[in-house]
Amino acid sequence: MSEDKDRQVARRGPRSRTTTIALLFLAVVVLCVYPHFPFVDRLFEAIGHPILLDRKLVSIFIFGILALALNVQVGYAGLQQLGIAAFFGIGAYTTGILTVEKYPFHVGFWGAIVAAPVCAAIAGLAIGAPTLRLRGDYFAIVTLGFGEVVRTIILNLEGITDGPRGLNPIPDPWLPPAVAESSADPARVKYLALYYIAFVLLVGLAIVFRNLERTRLGRALVALREDELATACMGINPVRIKLVALAVGAGLAGLAGALYSTTLTTTAEPSTYDFNYSIMVLCCLIIGGVGSLRGAILGAVVLFGFDNIVSPLITELLQPFAAASSGNVFLQFNNWRWIIFGLALVLMMRFRPEGLWPSSRMKAELHHEDEGPLSKVGP
Amino acid sequence: METLAQQLILGVTNGMVFALIALGYTMVYGILELINFAHGDLFMLGSFLALTLIKVFDLPTASSATLLLALPTIAVACAVFGGALNWSVDRLVYKPLRSAPKLAPLVSAIGVSFIFQNLGLFWGGLPLFGSAKDASAQKDVPALISNVNLLGEGAHLRITTKDLMVIVSSVIVMVALYVLVRHTRLGKAMRATAQNPAAARLMGIDVDRVIGATFVIGGGLAGIASVIYALYINTVHYQAGFQNGLYAFTAAVLGGIGNIPGAVLGALVIGVVRALCSQYIGAQWEPAVVFGMLILLLVFRPAGLLGSHVREKV
Repeated sequence: MSEDKDRQVARRGPRSRTTTIALLFLAVVVLCVYPHFPFVDRLFEAIGHPILLDRKLVSIFIFGILALALNVQVGYAGLQQLGIAAFFGIGAYTTGILTVEKYPFHVGFWGAIVAAPVCAAIAGLAIGAPTLRLRGDYFAIVTLGFGEVVRTIILNLEGITDGPRGLNPIPDPWLPPAVAESSADPARVKYLALYYIAFVLLVGLAIVFRNLERTRLGRALVALREDELATACMGINPVRIKLVALAVGAGLAGLAGALYSTTLTTTAEPSTYDFNYSIMVLCCLIIGGVGSLRGAILGAVVLFGFDNIVSPLITELLQPFAAASSGNVFLQFNNWRWIIFGLALVLMMRFRPEGLWPSSRMKAELHHEDEGPLSKVGP
Repeated sequence: METLAQQLILGVTNGMVFALIALGYTMVYGILELINFAHGDLFMLGSFLALTLIKVFDLPTASSATLLLALPTIAVACAVFGGALNWSVDRLVYKPLRSAPKLAPLVSAIGVSFIFQNLGLFWGGLPLFGSAKDASAQKDVPALISNVNLLGEGAHLRITTKDLMVIVSSVIVMVALYVLVRHTRLGKAMRATAQNPAAARLMGIDVDRVIGATFVIGGGLAGIASVIYALYINTVHYQAGFQNGLYAFTAAVLGGIGNIPGAVLGALVIGVVRALCSQYIGAQWEPAVVFGMLILLLVFRPAGLLGSHVREKV
């Protein structure tokens, strides 16, 4: 049976793989030149509804890094992690504390981009070490609780974190003089710098993870997701592998936090890093495909794009109607947001659990339901 | 000393409401090993129904005899609503995922929770609650039950009619649940299914019916809790389900998830801890204290206060 599956995967493999690689290559090239030639923005500006895609792409890249971070934990290791926003927040606040005027550190962006992932990874280890031996759903609760604890602490330690105001201003990254003086407009230089930093990090991480999937560690992670007991019997230490996944994921989330706060020049208010944010990142994976690299990035693009580009655009287009009805709650598109997300989650789980762009392995597994290792015997 | 006693009373009263919600979580988890994230929001929708019925029947102007008849009727209506809604959600959303990986029903439950929250927002935008602009605002529930101190107005301690209403009605519901689970055929089937679904099925128990019944009972308890909550706290808000649901869920874990008396004990502990925390540390630290306690408990005693350690089924 499983030979059949392999053959099936192999058969549709080569052709679709070439297409995929060509598509990805095209996407990378387009994104490389996009800041200098923002054709989509020009188009929307021409019809009178600017969408600022060039600015928002930076956030999409950061969100993509966050999705990759969660993918290591949920997609590869199969941890039920419901508190990724906590590590994102820890990264952002580490950056804040290490760079703002108020504190004596002033390590700047490049120092923070190293320190933030380290701090977040240490937090991940600290919460993971005692709790990883718990059953899957208990671990979900621990991470959920941890997220709430971190958010509450950040909010209430006003002496350190400036409470609801957030730490700011976070200075711009230091750049070599040749780069910094390439344009007369410092804001433009900063935008370009962050655009390419985030983009290179996202692409670099995707390549690293692509290769990781074929290493000893990568295979151990996937084995763990499929069957923890069998993995342990094969002589792999599940807790150690899970800890690695947790620390790597937390560290990357911290990295995303450092980039995020630098882009915003503030750590933003603590309520940004709440449970809903964690769930949004999880949604990226669900929509794109749990355990699939390209799926995670696609999910980030779809979700962030919907939330920050499509939704405001529709709201703007509906403005005349909403205004005429004196703020009727049903006519504001924004108010439908959670119903749309909720329905998307429910329908995806029901009809396309492997996501929009799954890895061939997950797809093969989920479509052989009666024999796949993922199908636990239910009640 | 008096402050302490007063906070204990407050904590126990709040804990009773959490207990009714926590029971719904723990019963579903006990049978399906599913964290039903939508449960808290089901409770929230119930409280909106309660407020709607109170407004439609114009209860603030009714005599106390009418109230004595009307409030239990509303409680029954909300229980039926909660039970029916919970049952339909199980049928439509969770049931097709019974054999899927565990993440699937969990994510679906989060999706249902989002949908419910959004419905709550829309419910608050109905003309009945005034201007549609304030759909997201907190809605006031008229004070139908007097806040008179039962110990006399001069006494140092306050135990009000309201507190008594909460405690008495919760205890009645819990006793009814206990009798149902311990002494009926359905209860026996539920306990058997929770222990081992496959074996229960082999013994001729219709497991699907038992699961359906569990969702109905859990939803019904949340419906009753929502009426008690609306009358006790006197506000209704579309986001109230999330926070209260989280606390109730914590309570269920604290007591040993799947364990019915444990959920009640856990809820009382959570209620008291919250009350003491807001008195002595500061209300803004409540989430950190409650969830910190939860994490510590899971580290040192993962089975909860009353749960026994069960080896994971292989």
